[in-house]
Amino acid sequence: MASDAAGAAKTTYREAMREALREALRADDRVFLMGEDVGRYGGCFGVSLGLLEEFGPERILDTPLSESAFVGAGIGAALNGMRPIVEIMTVNFSLLALDQILNNAATLLHMSGGQLPVPLVIRMTTGAGRQLAAQHSHSLEGWYAHIPGIRVLAPATIEDARHMLAPALADPDPVLIFEHGSLYNASGELGPPAGPVDLDHAAVRRPGTDVSLITYGGSLPKALTAADELAADGIDAEVVDLRTLRPLDGRAVAASVARTHRAVVIDEAWRSGSLAAEVSARIAEDSFYELDAPVERVCSAEVPIPYARLLEQAALPQTADIIAAAHRAVD
Amino acid sequence: MAEFTMPSLGADMDEGTLQEWLVHAGDPVRKGDPVAVVETAKSTIEVECFEAGRIGQLLVTPGTTVPVGTPLARIEPLAEADTPTEPEAPAKPARPPRPPAAEGARSTARKPSRRKPTPLQAPTATGPPPDHDHAVEHRGHGDEGPLVRHLAEEAGIDLDTVHGTGRGGRVTRADVGRAAAAARSPARVTPYARRLARELGVDLRGLTGTGPDGTVRASDVRAAAPGPTTPPTPQSGGGVPARASAVRRKEGMREAIAGLMSRANREIPHYYLSTSIDMATALDWMHEHNHHRPVGERLLPAALLLKAAARAAREVPELNGHWLDGRFAAAEEVRLGVAVSLRGGGLVAPVLRNADALELPQLMSQLKDLVARARNGRLRGSEVADPTLTVTNLGDQGVEAVLGVIYPPQVALVGFGRVVERPWAVNGLLGVRPVVTASLSADHRATDGAVGARYLTSVDRLLQSPEEL
Repeated sequence: MASDAAGAAKTTYREAMREALREALRADDRVFLMGEDVGRYGGCFGVSLGLLEEFGPERILDTPLSESAFVGAGIGAALNGMRPIVEIMTVNFSLLALDQILNNAATLLHMSGGQLPVPLVIRMTTGAGRQLAAQHSHSLEGWYAHIPGIRVLAPATIEDARHMLAPALADPDPVLIFEHGSLYNASGELGPPAGPVDLDHAAVRRPGTDVSLITYGGSLPKALTAADELAADGIDAEVVDLRTLRPLDGRAVAASVARTHRAVVIDEAWRSGSLAAEVSARIAEDSFYELDAPVERVCSAEVPIPYARLLEQAALPQTADIIAAAHRAVD
Repeated sequence: MAEFTMPSLGADMDEGTLQEWLVHAGDPVRKGDPVAVVETAKSTIEVECFEAGRIGQLLVTPGTTVPVGTPLARIEPLAEADTPTEPEAPAKPARPPRPPAAEGARSTARKPSRRKPTPLQAPTATGPPPDHDHAVEHRGHGDEGPLVRHLAEEAGIDLDTVHGTGRGGRVTRADVGRAAAAARSPARVTPYARRLARELGVDLRGLTGTGPDGTVRASDVRAAAPGPTTPPTPQSGGGVPARASAVRRKEGMREAIAGLMSRANREIPHYYLSTSIDMATALDWMHEHNHHRPVGERLLPAALLLKAAARAAREVPELNGHWLDGRFAAAEEVRLGVAVSLRGGGLVAPVLRNADALELPQLMSQLKDLVARARNGRLRGSEVADPTLTVTNLGDQGVEAVLGVIYPPQVALVGFGRVVERPWAVNGLLGVRPVVTASLSADHRATDGAVGARYLTSVDRLLQSPEEL
C-alpha cells in the first residue's frame, strides 16, 4: 500500500489514485465515493481498497448495478452541496448513464441560467489490452469530449493520477476522469508534482525536433517507447500528452507542430470520428502552414475489440505502428 | 491552334507584365524556346514556349500587365509534313477495312498497310507502302497510336519533343507519362515548405523534392536557400502568409539577412586576419592572357582571386565546411559562395561548385553568368545551395579591405578589397605595385589564428604563380 518513506517514493498509478481519493476524503467532509463494489470489494480494479475501513459506509457507498440510478444520485447530491465522486466500472457501462451525464449533468447549469452548477466527479476505466473482450474494452472518452458542459481528463502518468483529482473536485462543473486499465500497475517514483497540475494544459513529456507524437492516456507509454526507439534511428520525436481531452489544449498542439512540422496522432479509439480526428482537424486549421508532411494517425482497428490475445493486440495501436507512422512522416 | 498564355511563375503570382517579345509573328518555335520576357513582382523571367508551331498573332504588346492565363499569342501548327496534326489510327493487323465512320473520307481511303505513318494527305499519295525499316528511318512521330496521341494531347505534350523508347523509337505511353511529369513544376510542395520558400525567397520551380512522390519539403527549400542552410528562426504560430509583393519580398530578404547576421555575431566568435598581396605577377599574366582573346573571353582579377581562394580552401580544409552540432564538418568539395549585392538592396551568394578544379576561363564564364542571373533574379535553386566557404569582393565598390560576418554554418569568410597601386618594397628597392588586401573572418570555435594565417599565406602564394591557377 502507500509507502511511508519520505520524499520520492516508489508507487503505482493505482496507489497514487487511492492516495488522491484518501486526501480528498480527508480534506472535505462533503466528498464521498460511490459505485459498484467500491466498498467491501475495494473497487473492481482495487483502487478504493481499504477506504471503506478508513472512512466508513456513509462515505464509501456500494451501489446496485444501475449506472443510470447512481450517477443520477450523484448529480442530485452535487446539486445539494455535496462533492460526490462516482466510480463507473468501465466506459462501456457508462453508456447506461449517458442520459444522466449528457442530459442532466452537462446541461443543468445552462438550463438553469447559471443557478445550478453540478460539481460532480465521475471516474471510470477505459481502454483495452487486458483480454476483457468487446463489452469492457472500448475507448469512448472521445465521445464524452464531444459534449460541452463537462471537462474530460485522461491522467496518463502517476503524477497526474495523484494530482488531478483535487482540482477536478474544485471545478464547479462535472469532470470525467478516464483511467486506462493498462496503467493501474504502472509503477515509478512519485516526487512532488513535476508538470502542471492544472487541468487546462497539455504537457510535453519528451521534447523533440523532428516529429510530434500527440497522444493521451494508455497510449502515452507506447508513444514514449516509440520515441526512444526512433531516437536510435536518428529521429528526435516530441511526445505531447494531451492530459485534458475537453477543453482541448489546441495551443500546445500547434506549438509542438510549429517546432517539428510533422504530427502523428495516437488514439486507442476507432479512427473515424475520434479524438484523433479532432486533433488532426485542429492541426489542419491552426498549423496548415507549419506542416511538412501529412498528419498521420495511429488508431485501433475498426472492430469490436477482440477477446483472443493476439487478435486484441493486433487491433490496438502498438509501438511498432507509431514508429512506422513517424517514419512515414519524416522519411 | 494553341495559345501561349501568361504563365504562373509561382503560386503567389496572379499577373505579369509582358516586357519584351523574343519572337515575331511567323517565327517557327520549338517546345522550350524562349519566346517572351515577363516581369513579375519578384524578377524578370524568360518564358518558354510549351508547344511547337509557328507564332501566329501577337495578342499583347510589351509593357502590358495582364492576369495569369491571358492569351499572349497564338501558335499555329507547323506545315503538315513536320507535324501531322490529324493522326491516323493504325489498323490492327489483318483486320479488314472498317466500314466508313463519321469521317468517312479518311477512313475509307486508308490503305491496308499495317503501321504506315499517315499524315492527312498521305492516303492520296502513290508509291510503294513503306516497310518497317523505312518507317524507322523516317521516324517523324507519325507512328504513335491514337491512345498515345490522345494522352500527349491531354497532357499538352508535343510528341516531337519526346524521346521515344518504344520499338523503332516510337513514343510509348510511359514516355508521355515521363514527359508530362517533367513538364510540371514540382508535383507537390508541403504547406510549410511553400511558406518557407516564400520567407527565404526560394523559387520553387526547378526544385527537386526528396519526399514521397517527389514532394518538395522544407529540407529541400532550405538546401536551395541563398547563403544560409538554416533559416532564421521562423516566428512560431501558423499565421497565414500575406499575399507576397515585391516590397514584402525585399523586407523578407532584409529580415532573413538580419536574422542570420545577428545569429552569426551572437554565436560565432570571429577572429580577423588580413594581409596585403602583391598582384603584379598575377595581373601581368592576366593582361598577357587577355591580350590574345576577344573581349567576351577575357579574365577579370576577380576570377584569379576566387580561384586562389578556392585552391587555398583545398589546401587548408579546416576552413572549408560547416559548424554543425557543436563540431566542424569538413566538406568534400569546395563550393565557393560568391556574395553578390543586388540592385535595390540585399545580397545572395550563388555557388561556384568545385571552384578549385575549374579552369580560369570556365570559372570566369560561370561567374559572369551567375552574377548576371543573380541580379536578374534568375538563379536556379541548385545554384544557391550549401556553400562551404564564401568570398566577398568589395573591390568594385572602391573599398580597400572588408572584414565580413560569417554566414552560419560556414566557418570562414574571405574578403578582397580593391586592387590599388602602392609603394612596395621588393628586394631592397621601392617600386609601385598593384596590391590587394585579402582578409579572413574565421570562426574561433573551429580554427585558430594559425590556420587562418596558413590560409591567407596560401592565397598569396597561389597568386604569385597565376599560370598554375
